[in-house]
Amino acid sequence: MNDAMSFGIHRLWKQQFISKLDPGRRPGGRPLDFLDVAGGTGDIAFGILDHASRMHGDYESKITVTDINADMLEEGKRRSLSTKYANSDRLEFLVQNAEKLEQIEDESKDMYTVAFGIRNFTDIPAALRTAHRVLRPGGVFACLEFSKVDNVILNTIYKQYSFNVIPIMGQLIAADYDSYQYLVESIEKFPSQEEFAAMIKDAGFQVPEPAYENLTFGVAAIHLGVKI
Amino acid sequence: MSYPGHIRLNMFQRALLAVGSGIGAFFNPRRADFIATLGEATAPGFIERLKYQMLSSKDGRWLLRHKPRITSKSLNVEYLRTLPANTLGATYVAWLDREGVTPDTRLPVRFIDDPESAYAMQRYRESHDFYHAITGLPVFVEGEIALKAFEFANTGIPMTGLGALLAPLRLGERPRRRLRTIYFPWAIRNGLNAQPLINVIWENNLERDVNDLRRELGIEKPPDLRELRKRKTAHQLPIPPTESS
Repeated sequence: MNDAMSFGIHRLWKQQFISKLDPGRRPGGRPLDFLDVAGGTGDIAFGILDHASRMHGDYESKITVTDINADMLEEGKRRSLSTKYANSDRLEFLVQNAEKLEQIEDESKDMYTVAFGIRNFTDIPAALRTAHRVLRPGGVFACLEFSKVDNVILNTIYKQYSFNVIPIMGQLIAADYDSYQYLVESIEKFPSQEEFAAMIKDAGFQVPEPAYENLTFGVAAIHLGVKI
Repeated sequence: MSYPGHIRLNMFQRALLAVGSGIGAFFNPRRADFIATLGEATAPGFIERLKYQMLSSKDGRWLLRHKPRITSKSLNVEYLRTLPANTLGATYVAWLDREGVTPDTRLPVRFIDDPESAYAMQRYRESHDFYHAITGLPVFVEGEIALKAFEFANTGIPMTGLGALLAPLRLGERPRRRLRTIYFPWAIRNGLNAQPLINVIWENNLERDVNDLRRELGIEKPPDLRELRKRKTAHQLPIPPTESS
């Protein structure tokens, strides 16, 4: 369904996200602790571990994948079985509420990623503060999420596509009109690039200049923050 | 939202849903939701005619006022199994069992705006298994197509006509010939002459003899399709309609 709606471009977005972060232990450095939130199905987590081993020869860094939905995590575990991380101690799956992350200790993670998850959180500022809590000083917060299209004409086309085509596609492909109607409404409601960057700053992060990178004219955006 | 689950579509969405469902239904007829959404998407302009047919009949008006649903709770399926084999109820349950469906497998109507027209479509959808019982048409594809042709002549719902027209493209020559020479003529003749089946309160007729009901409704039973398919050559004369159920 993601492939159908985004014409496969969501894969490029995720690749760009991981490349930009360039995760992996640096020469002379220690193995890293990654956290991927609301990442149930695991594609970011596997991508991060793959990148680390391919680009940095890092076979030790670990990642914890959390999701509020146990079924999504089960799907992730199932998918991990056909990767080289099957039953590996480098991959850990926990059912957690991103606004609390009770089982994640303070200052225990080097990188916190959330891809296409944060717009569904009920209390985004709380989730951002929790992200700040669990990161070590120097740790990076990275978010890939739908955002606002920067061009008026493209935005009109995008909106027409979103509201007229996507829920119907959801009905035809997944027999689920409602979830995809919810999807396009949640994208509409999510703050703009600037608003979201301000929220990240409010949670205590230092935000680089520029605060975000637009993908596909702003259909999606990558936001970064560093814990000082 | 005029009724629970109602979704109002604009013209573009409706057209997209119709085309997508149509293509989906053609290539994957097992997905009942494609048939359902094709029916709903192409309903405007035609479903109102069905609603007026209901409004013009005493039983139809009763149905529109009370909007009974046919579910496994509203029909006592266990009791129906105990009825004599010649009754409508027993024939109906036999069809359910053979196809492996229950009355609950029919999806709720969502994409029709007027609540009464939506009910007319819902009633049609839930009555479909009774149409099998009353016509005696079997549940495999060829029988379904013949029934769709009958339904088009009797209800005017566009999806039934589209199905009867296009679905045979997936069949071989012999079944197509049977449809062309026997079942479609039967379907048009009977669909047009019979009473509007949409007005039949099936729930009140479960203990009646199927053949009595057929006579009352003006339906002649078509040649036994299961029998015809067993014959090796297509040019053998069709056996005349029998009274046995």
